[in-house]
This record gives sequence, structure tokens and C-alpha cells, in this order.
Amino acid sequence: MHLTLHVWRQASPDQPGRLVEYAAPDISPDMSFLEMLDVVNERLIQRGEEPVAFDHDCREGICGSCGLMINGSAHGPMKLTTACQLHMRSFKDGDAIWIEPWRAKAFPVVKDLVVDRSAFDRIIQAGGYISAATGTPQDANALPIPKPDADWAMDNAACIGCGACVAACPNASASLFTAAKVTHLGALPQGQPERERRALAMVAQMDEEGFGGCTLHGECQEACPKGISIDAIMQLNRDYIRASATKVEVAEWTGAA
Amino acid sequence: MRWLRAFWDSTVGKKAVMAVTGILLVGFVVAHMLGNLQMFIGADAMNRYAAFLKSTGELLWVARAGLLGAAVLHITAAYQLTQMNRAARTDAYAKRVPAASTLASRTMRWGGVLLLAFLVFHIGHFTTGTFHPAFSHTMVYGNVILGFRSPVVSAFYLAAMAALGLHLYHGAWAGFRTLGLAKRSSAPRERRIAQGLALIVWAGFSSIPVAVWLGILN
Ligand code: HEM
Ligand code: FES
Repeated sequence: MHLTLHVWRQASPDQPGRLVEYAAPDISPDMSFLEMLDVVNERLIQRGEEPVAFDHDCREGICGSCGLMINGSAHGPMKLTTACQLHMRSFKDGDAIWIEPWRAKAFPVVKDLVVDRSAFDRIIQAGGYISAATGTPQDANALPIPKPDADWAMDNAACIGCGACVAACPNASASLFTAAKVTHLGALPQGQPERERRALAMVAQMDEEGFGGCTLHGECQEACPKGISIDAIMQLNRDYIRASATKVEVAEWTGAA
Repeated sequence: MRWLRAFWDSTVGKKAVMAVTGILLVGFVVAHMLGNLQMFIGADAMNRYAAFLKSTGELLWVARAGLLGAAVLHITAAYQLTQMNRAARTDAYAKRVPAASTLASRTMRWGGVLLLAFLVFHIGHFTTGTFHPAFSHTMVYGNVILGFRSPVVSAFYLAAMAALGLHLYHGAWAGFRTLGLAKRSSAPRERRIAQGLALIVWAGFSSIPVAVWLGILN
């Protein structure tokens, strides 16, 4: 296949970036999207040019490192698929492909297509955990959990934190990411002790990081490679409103002044 | 009261305020539409209904204050959330293909602004008579007929009602979800309820200027 790429190049966070056009001839349809970028980079290196920086790790759709806006869709045109699992056979010979980084104020560009997603880590740190005594685990069957609850928790635990929801949202909102964790833990008995605190603290951190709010466009749900539903955001809203009604001070929970 | 401050400062809390005030406004809009449809019963029915509303005295002012309060909160939250949402995405994509958003969901902000402009005109038109060519404080039926004889005014009303329909098409389903009141579903029932409501409100209000124009009401 012969392709034309329009790739966002930006040397560093404080320098302006721009789209640069590259010809990408002789690409095999069996390559993954990232392998295609590897080939383009090898050619750039041979010409003595700076290769395109992009994030990747597992290349099997489970780590959430990869994340590219491909032709205006987060992770490209295949539904339920990360960029690393996308194959070039999804494109046609002669296609022009636009490749841009996730765009959000809370995800500043580090270099080229690499963005800093540590805002997600701070949202998790704010409340995306349970307090369980460590040591000898109790028998798994000692704590019965109805199958629908376990399934619902698992659906939301599938989040890999790639940031596609933020990238696809017109408001760059992290609602789906935050909601997935709140819903995952809130569906299980182990998640109950901190349930109110979690909703308050994680939403406060999400806002603090500069993500936007949810306006129910539903773009995140379409973009999510793990198929997480906006039903989770409804659960987040419910938990947040209920926690606020119990008049728990957010500051008290987060320890902030 | 710090919890209230934190609630209002958060994106989720502000949106909840929008949903509650939005639902109050929807309640008013539906009641208002049903009242207006008495135009089709006749001049007497309409004038009597209007006189009844005016006769409620203080109660009318309580209702007006409530609606004004709801509108102010709704618009303030809309404005502030819009600022926050814009600040969250300062750099646009060179290429972006929306996959799920609708015309209705994308026009909530500008549609809302149009509704606000309409509201100001509408109150000056049929309530105070400021923008009305031949206003009478008692002959409400006549005010409506004469008011809609102007094609420009009727066209503006029709445009505003289309905007209202679109606003409700998205808003009425979003509101359920914002408050966490709906059931989990991939084909949510609230979505269909909102669509039906939008259609009824749009058709109900629009029928009056159209009927005047067709000469059914005169
Ligand atoms: C007058 C000026 C108005 C403005 C500027 C305005 C603006 C907005 C905005 C920006 C939203 C959020 C959009 C989104 O979530 O995508 C919204 C939601 C909504 N609006 Fe309005 N609006 C106005 C009037 C009205 C009126 C008259 C009604 C009722 C008939 C109404 C009912 C609603 C409802 C039910 C929602 C959903 C709340 C939610 O998203 O949870 N609005 N409005
Ligand atoms: S590289 Fe791990 S999910 Fe794509």
C-alpha cells in the first residue's frame, strides 16, 4: 500500500507544533498501525531525520499506552480496538491519514504524538482504591457477589486508562474514565466503605486537572476501545449527588485545606 | 454550607442544577403549551383562562419568581460550564469525525441563547405589550391573532420553537442521566420519552402561528 501521512510534529511542550506530510510507500496491509509507524520511523532515521515519537508498550490492546487520533477518530476507524490492534488493512491504498495527539489541556503534549496522561494517575490517587487489610486473603466464596454485579464491575474494570474518552469528548471531559473506576469499585461490597468519599474526591480531582464536564454527547462511549458505557457516568452522577447530600466536606476527605 | 459551595463548583454539581432547573422549566413549558392550545376552543375560553391566571394575584408572582430563579440558575450554570468546557480543549483537531453527538446535542448552547432572546421578545410581545402593535390587557385572544399577522414575528416564533424542540430532544434525556435517575440500558427509554416530548412541544406551540397564518384562527 502507498499512503500519505499528515503527522503532528512538536519538538517539546513549549514549542509550537505543526502537521507534516510524509509519503509512506510499500506498507503491508498485515502490519499493525504502530508497525507502520515503526517502518516510517526507520526510514526517517536512515535519512538522518528525527523519528516520530509515539507511546506504546504491550501492543496487544491491554496496557493503554498507545493513543492516537487517526483520521479524526480516537484509535482510528475500528470500533473496540486500540491503535496497536488496528491493522493497515482497515485503510485503502492511496489513503491520506491524519495522525494527531490527544487534545486536552489536562493532557499536555510532551513530544509529537506523546501526551502526558499523569492527570489520570492523580484522579486514581484521589480515590480509585479500596482500603483492605492485607495478609492472608479470605476464601473467595466467603463474600457472595451476585453475578450481574460482578459482571457490571468487570465491564467497568476493563478500562485501560488510554484517554480515548477525553480525546473524543468535545469538552475533553474525563467523566467516562472517572466513572468507570467509581462504578467498578462501587458495584462491589469491598468498595462500599469509601463510596461517598471516592465520588467526591475523584470528581474534585477531575475538575482540578482542568478536564471539562459531561454534556451527554456520547462520543466517549463510541471511542472507548473497551466498550465502557455512559451508563457508568450516570452511576458517577448518582454517587456524587448522594454523597453531596450527606454533606460530607470534600476537603475533609481529600485532606486539602 | 461548604458542601453546597463544593457542589456548585464541581462540573457534576453544576450540571445537576441545570437538570433540576431544566425540569422545572419543562414543566412550565408543557403547562403553558396546554394553556395556549385553548386558542382552538375559542376566544372566550382563552380570555377566561388568561383572566383566571391574572386573578391568582400573589400566587402568579410566586410562580414568576420561581421560574425566573430557575432560568437564572440554568443560564448561569450553562455559561460557566461552557467556559470550563472550552478551556479544557483549547487546541482543536485538524480532523475530527463526530461519531455519536447529534445536531441537538451540538446546538444546546447557541440554541439556548436563541431561547433567551426569544424569551425577552415574547414577554415584551404578549405580556407587557411593549413590542405589540395593538395590545389589550384583557383581550388575550385578539393579541395573539394580531400578533401573528406579522410574518416576521411568526417566523421568529417558529424558529424559536424549533430551537426549543431541539433543546428538549437532548436536554430532556440528558437531565435524567445527569441526575442518575434512569436505568442502565444501551437503548435508553428516556431517550424516546425526550424525543416524544420534544415533538409534542414543538408541534403544540407551532400550531398556533401556523393556524393564524392559514386563517383557521381569526
Ligand atoms: C434561556 C436560555 C437557555 C440557555 C442559555 C440554555 C442552555 C443550556 C445548556 C448549555 C444546556 C446543557 C447542554 C448539554 O448538556 O449539552 C442545557 C440543558 C438543558 N436545558 Fe437549557 N437553556 C436555556 C433554556 C431552557 C429552557 C427554556 C428549558 C425548558 C423548556 C431548558 C431545559 C433544559 C434541560 C431539561 C436541560 C438538560 C439538563 C442536563 O443536561 O442535565 N433550557 N441548557
Ligand atoms: S500499546 Fe498497549 S494498548 Fe496499545
